[in-house]
Amino acid sequence: MSLDTVLAERLSDDGRRWLDAATDRVRSDAAAIRVLFPAVGRNVGRGAVEDAARVALLKAVPSRGPALVDEVAALYRFGDAAEKRGVLRALHLLDVGDRGLPIVQDALRTNDTRLVAAALGPYGAAQLDAAAYRQGVLKCVFVGVPLADIEGLERRADAELARMLADFATERLAAGRDVPGDVWLVLDRFPDAATGLRKTAEEA
Amino acid sequence: MRIFDPHIHMTSRTTDDYQAMYDAGVRALVEPAFWLGQPRTSVDTFVDYFDGLVGWEPFRASQFGIRHHCTMALNPKEANDPRCRGVLDVLPRYLAKDGVVAVGELGYDSMTPEEDEVFAAQLRLAIEHDLPVLVHTPHRDKAAGTRRTLDVVRESGVTPERVVVDHLNEVTVGLVADSGCWMGFSIYPDTKMDPDRMVAILKEYGTDRMLVNSAADWGKSDPLRTRQTADAMLAAGFADDDVDRVFWQNPVAFYGQSGRLDLEGTPADPAATFEGNSVLRGARP
Repeated sequence: MSLDTVLAERLSDDGRRWLDAATDRVRSDAAAIRVLFPAVGRNVGRGAVEDAARVALLKAVPSRGPALVDEVAALYRFGDAAEKRGVLRALHLLDVGDRGLPIVQDALRTNDTRLVAAALGPYGAAQLDAAAYRQGVLKCVFVGVPLADIEGLERRADAELARMLADFATERLAAGRDVPGDVWLVLDRFPDAATGLRKTAEEA
Repeated sequence: MRIFDPHIHMTSRTTDDYQAMYDAGVRALVEPAFWLGQPRTSVDTFVDYFDGLVGWEPFRASQFGIRHHCTMALNPKEANDPRCRGVLDVLPRYLAKDGVVAVGELGYDSMTPEEDEVFAAQLRLAIEHDLPVLVHTPHRDKAAGTRRTLDVVRESGVTPERVVVDHLNEVTVGLVADSGCWMGFSIYPDTKMDPDRMVAILKEYGTDRMLVNSAADWGKSDPLRTRQTADAMLAAGFADDDVDRVFWQNPVAFYGQSGRLDLEGTPADPAATFEGNSVLRGARP
């Protein structure tokens, strides 16, 4: 569901009034977002509508260039988990070029599944280099983020990622543990990488 | 019995404490930002601490069925270190967060000009962010410190109903009772107050505007002092409703002024009443 649809369908009348007033304030005073951004959840509700409202606030920031990058970075730095997720969801809609990458990299270092998933959204999928993207996907499988929730797999999966996932699955099998079914989303496309894994699975 | 500890530093406590508190009836608490024993030397370490107060610590509390809220401030002790003054610049971001239900602990430690400035600046922030205020009274020169605290609060324009003056004792309670501010008492193993002295104060001053806490932290202290004081109230002849008022309704009323207290889903207590009706319908134990 697009962010606009979420706002159109899930925002209450009170929530809409609050968000309209808040975006107006941010348009005329970028710094106002520093105290409005943390207050989103208690004013519009939790979950998807909260993320969508935070994206709307970020899009209203009138700053450009380094000032915009600094504002966004500080919102992430001082944000709680929900605020950080809001920033990650907005990055591809903001004119920050590749300057949002440190934010994505930070989120990928956490073990918070909501942040890891959001880090591999449209921005992360477009900006991360091949090695970091592969590590991100592997981490998702490792911490239990469904690969259906991340962006770019169709385009960015490669033989090396398939090898990494096959090795991960082999290690799991050797330990007598379950292998997340999601690994086959990649391995089915790179069957050569999965040869050894299939052999191990048959022997087990 | 349901207990809301309005002042306890859980960052310094163990998971055994959380379990023992739950077993004693604690279902909600407020953790005021204060100093950590070891002085901090930069704004960044405060920021990490603040992040913990709205992040990791509420999560930890939730694992034990306890609702965690906090207060945020630059405390008076560290207000004297110029390296920490920048905390005032990041504070507005944190005062806007969901779990933050007051500005605090403010007040005096050694009553220096630096403490004056930081105290006044943060009272202004409380007005801007529409939050109640938790004020700590000094360990030394307490009576003079309490009088000066009340003067500063009066001049600030913050209304007394939105201020709790904490760590009171027999000598300072009267001053605060007359001011219209809420009265906070920390029940400690050896110092400050003990359960029997607390009961005597409640007999003299009543249960209105009274908040009783354990203030348990990294020093010698006991997170179950709330429950022990509640039991001492019952033993002295107070009714269940009086105990519930001091240990639940009062903290809810005070911190509820923030509009951010979230007690939804706290387990129903057998003695809990909803609009005056007990779910036990007269079969009360």
